[in-house]
Amino acid sequence: MPIPLIGLAPGAPAVLCDPEAGREIPRRLQDLGFVPGTPLVIRRRAPLGDPVEIEIRGYRLCLRLAQLDTLRVEPDAADPQRARSAT
Amino acid sequence: MTAAPAAALADGPLRIALVGSPNTGKTTLFNALTGSAARVGNYPGVTVERREGALVRAKRDVRILDLPGTYCLDGETPDEKVVAEVLAGHITGEAVPDALLVVADATTLQRGLGLVREVLKRGMPTLLVLTMVDEVKARGGKLDVMRLSRILGIHVVGVVGHRGVGLDQLRTFLEHPESWSRRAALPPADDAAQRFAWVDQVCREVGAGALAPDSRTDRIDQVLLHPVLGVAVFALVMLLLFQSIFSWAVPAMDAIDGGFAALGRLSHAWLPEGWVTDLWADGILAGVGAVLVFLPQIVILFTFLHFLTDVGYMARAAFVVDRVMGWVGLQGRSFVPLLSCYACAVPGIMAARTIASPRERLATILVSPFMTCSARLPVYTLLIAAFVPAVRVVGPIGMQGLAMFALYLLGAATALGSAALLNSTLLRGTISVFYMELPPYRMPTFKLLARQVWRSASAFVKRAGTIILTTSVVLWVLLNFPKAPHDPTLSPEAQAQANLRSSIAARVGHAIEPAIAPLGFDWKIGVGLVASLAAREVIVSTLAQIYAVGDSDDYGGLRDAIVGDVDPTSGKRLFTLPTALALLVFFVFALQCTSTIVVMARETGSWKWPALAFSYMLTLAWCGSFVTYHLGRALLGS
Repeated sequence: MPIPLIGLAPGAPAVLCDPEAGREIPRRLQDLGFVPGTPLVIRRRAPLGDPVEIEIRGYRLCLRLAQLDTLRVEPDAADPQRARSAT
Repeated sequence: MTAAPAAALADGPLRIALVGSPNTGKTTLFNALTGSAARVGNYPGVTVERREGALVRAKRDVRILDLPGTYCLDGETPDEKVVAEVLAGHITGEAVPDALLVVADATTLQRGLGLVREVLKRGMPTLLVLTMVDEVKARGGKLDVMRLSRILGIHVVGVVGHRGVGLDQLRTFLEHPESWSRRAALPPADDAAQRFAWVDQVCREVGAGALAPDSRTDRIDQVLLHPVLGVAVFALVMLLLFQSIFSWAVPAMDAIDGGFAALGRLSHAWLPEGWVTDLWADGILAGVGAVLVFLPQIVILFTFLHFLTDVGYMARAAFVVDRVMGWVGLQGRSFVPLLSCYACAVPGIMAARTIASPRERLATILVSPFMTCSARLPVYTLLIAAFVPAVRVVGPIGMQGLAMFALYLLGAATALGSAALLNSTLLRGTISVFYMELPPYRMPTFKLLARQVWRSASAFVKRAGTIILTTSVVLWVLLNFPKAPHDPTLSPEAQAQANLRSSIAARVGHAIEPAIAPLGFDWKIGVGLVASLAAREVIVSTLAQIYAVGDSDDYGGLRDAIVGDVDPTSGKRLFTLPTALALLVFFVFALQCTSTIVVMARETGSWKWPALAFSYMLTLAWCGSFVTYHLGRALLGS
């Protein structure tokens, strides 16, 4: 079951899913590699809770929670290879 | 859209553009290829830096154009737009490059190939440079460069920029872009999803999988981004920055100040008397000196900022403070520009270019002048030394230090408050996407750092210098003409004072006296205020001229003259503590800086915004001074 990215625990590997019907991942994030099927992991939250540091495609980005509301992920436990690649 | 025909490659210099994302080692590569002789300018109409250099040790004249870093070819920021426009040949005076050198970080190929694909779609002769190839191996990864070259249909060269590995091979390629192919046919991709599906497939084919985590960066981040430790380190770094600007710069500043004062005295002693000598010594030399005296602070600040940025810490600092900045409608990236404003608002406003969203960028620029720049320092120092008692409050902390701190705090608080106000009024709108890369920690080379500091510092001198030079000449004329009739019975000091009283500037001071009298200011302060519209620190030398102290470096003499100034008829002291406090508050708020106004107009592309900032800040300054003066009189009874 896909869950909102915001609900993902830091350190837990996951794979980006298609957004809910009628919603779209912002263009800007897509250009940065946020497309469905991409593994990612939330590395940490900033000391004051927002923004969050996300590792995706081998690099680390800092994004505000408010911008992540279109992103849904499937927590990835089944595929150990993939899980390792995201951390 | 298409590349120049191959025939054009034969004559004239070859022009090769460097395209790549931020943090890919593009600048290091550019410096390694071109040596130290880069020509720096601006693209017409926009404030994006244009850098071009000649390929060193080359048999042909090859010019390398370092395009701004970008993640895509259809971006929104000024920097990103320039990249697309240069490639399309839409910039006046900028011919379409003969060939493109795409730079990608070998450790983040899963992302970087997205931009490579966009570039290949242009169908221009292209070569891919992979940086950090040593890191791939060190982190247990592999990468089949030959295979990648075959799949992309272009040459691929792996380099380690700072150690020079692979550069000879690359240099040979750069001399012969005729041999570069242009990849025309790529599997179709209508959107980002399909583009990255292609990227993922290519990465699988060349073995560019996930790497072992960068353990050094992880370890450092565990401290620097720790909820408690991270904030503590952040505070410590800021403290160190302040300390360096305010203490370490002092000897160099004193030397420059003394040097210019001595030069002025020598000019007066050696050159024939007359207005030309006066203009040279008191107008031009004093004006140039007034700018250059801030150079040590600027150099220290830029060294800090460039080092912290290159090493990767600035992004972390922005990450830590983003939430706080978000409360007032700014963002983490606003932080560095605002910090730079503690030295000078001019580089601070220019540094706001790194803010991707136009709305936050504008808000940052508009509130920048509230941050206490180093030009306010001489004014604060003079007035605090004159009116605030030098008593200790707690331990080594004295009343004067606290007063200085309070002024800094007032400036910063007003900047944030004004940002919140802008955010809920003029700049109300949707929150734009904020993203920032947290690059791996990498130690910048000394050469790169020195070159960046040199560039920033010389740009500051040129920019601020030309404006302050002009205004100080104009000001000198206003303060010196017309002269009072020569009266041989008067002492030279009294004659100078009589000249000043008859000058245009004095008339202006008297003319605005009704407007500033409610603030407790007389015409002399009025002249100082008018003069300080060019640059804040000018008020010190102006007051020195008005009080006929002569040498403006002599704070002690000027301080005593100001404190001892009495009304000739009533015998009451003119300059009281409430007046001094009101003047300090005026300087906290008012936008008295021609350079800032000009840079603001240039960076926002309109005179509307500096006009708004000027009126808003002047209103705030008047009201703030009014309240301070009357409150001060009521409380202190003077």
